[in-house]
Amino acid sequence: MHPAYSVILFTTASGAGYGMLFWLGLAAALGAGPGPGWTGIAALTLALALVTLGLLSSTFHLGHPERAWRALSQWRTSWLSREGVLAVATYLPAGLWWLAWVTGLWAGAVPLLAGLAALGAVATVWSTAMIYASLRTVRQWHRGDVGPVYLALAAATGALGLAPFAAAGPAAGPGWVALAGLAALAVAAALKWRYWAGIDADPGRFTAEQATGLGALGRVRPLDPPHTQPNFVMREMGYSVARRHALTLRRGVMLGLFALPGALVALALALGAAWPLIPALPLAAAGVLTERWLFFAEAEHVSQLYYGRARA
Amino acid sequence: MTALPEGTGRKLGLVIDLDICVGCQACATSCKEWNTGGYSAPLSDHDPYGADPSGAWLNRIHSYEVTGPAGGGRTVHFPRSCLHCEEPDCVTVCPTGASYKRAEDGIVLVNPDTCIGCKLCSWACPYGAREYDHDDGVMKKCTLCVDRIYNETLAEEDRVPACVRACPTGARAFGDLGDPDSAVSRQVADRGGFDLLAEFGYKPVNKYLPPRINTVAAEPAPAPEPVAAPGGSTVEGFFAWVDRALSGRGG
Repeated sequence: MHPAYSVILFTTASGAGYGMLFWLGLAAALGAGPGPGWTGIAALTLALALVTLGLLSSTFHLGHPERAWRALSQWRTSWLSREGVLAVATYLPAGLWWLAWVTGLWAGAVPLLAGLAALGAVATVWSTAMIYASLRTVRQWHRGDVGPVYLALAAATGALGLAPFAAAGPAAGPGWVALAGLAALAVAAALKWRYWAGIDADPGRFTAEQATGLGALGRVRPLDPPHTQPNFVMREMGYSVARRHALTLRRGVMLGLFALPGALVALALALGAAWPLIPALPLAAAGVLTERWLFFAEAEHVSQLYYGRARA
Repeated sequence: MTALPEGTGRKLGLVIDLDICVGCQACATSCKEWNTGGYSAPLSDHDPYGADPSGAWLNRIHSYEVTGPAGGGRTVHFPRSCLHCEEPDCVTVCPTGASYKRAEDGIVLVNPDTCIGCKLCSWACPYGAREYDHDDGVMKKCTLCVDRIYNETLAEEDRVPACVRACPTGARAFGDLGDPDSAVSRQVADRGGFDLLAEFGYKPVNKYLPPRINTVAAEPAPAPEPVAAPGGSTVEGFFAWVDRALSGRGG
């Protein structure tokens, strides 16, 4: 599948934003962690900014962005529509919570608002993943572990984003947010490792013979193409990364997204110092962008059976 | 609403005979000609007469070589377009309701006024039947010529999809596949018509008729001409080298 930069930015930025919103909301609901001081407000503002950047970026790949509001209507059947509805719905408690902290009013309502925002964050990330996981046409996406991977990566990148704010707050030191980040990184790394082993072991259920229905006659191969240059279906669904490059990039993700940030967070916890949390951020950002690029570039679409792929 | 209808009164669709399709592309060009001025207008092209032409087409004609277990290949021309499936996810994934399946005749359509061009429906289609129009910003697909088949301003014989009207060999037929007594349904029953990727589960309405099994035994391939053996006299060796060089087998 063609890795569109707008969709990569959308899923990673909104994932990190919702991850921050989740941990911050959990903390505020339980009365722990970054509170209504300037660090809490700055973290909440950054979380909402990342979410908004992601959602805006997702409209860049639309043919008619001005009609995007129509996507809120088909939540009964469409995960894309559900995602839109949940994203809009999450803004309501999150926005009121932000206002409560900024104005210092409605302090009693903050735990409820923050809890609802955390819940909305989880539901929105889940529905983002389900847009892909519900497609039977792509075996690398139509898997039970795609949803958990999206949730774990949002939790991990969100905790990494929140950790410096938590460390700068009144409760000095990296604290529980860094611990949560470390745990989420470990879970995400394990899930992603298992995902890659899973897609490597799956040769695909469908063949060119099934696609053409000509299997009774023998083996099928393309002779004359229907068009001289690639069409939309080939450009959108036919993108595929060379195996050699994919393996290199997977190692890069394991190192840049999981191993190095994990080591830096562990160092911060061991030293009781905040500075190792800062270099972890660009590493994890580059790592998660690469991970998401691979999620698209390694995905193979059944329609390519008509264009020469033997299995999908 | 992108929920699928409970069932459709009729199941209008195409039956494509792979035995007699000659791959002439008349159905594809006729489709483009009608639909770039009809319901789907425009079907935009980029660089149509240049070195890198591309554009939105609703019907694509592949040619495949099929090699049997005993060797011996045959060419099968293979038109590919929307199959107007009974249970397609291309309809249910649509976030706006622009993609829908008509309850009255089963035709799958895109409303060009509400499509946002997110392309998710094309991702959900295993047949690659939907193409994005980069100029129009919306998804295009076969309409089964919905603006011809009910069009009473056309002569009655023209009230069939443009591809069916254009086919010079009669390889394409149009009718109600939900009616077991219709001409197309009988043709499917007689010839062993099949679904593409039946295992996928979208229940295509369009059917394909298989190429007939060739009952005439293929003639044995002629034996290759003998090549002068290397060795022998110097002159024979020289001509053997010339022969190899000229027939592209290296020196």
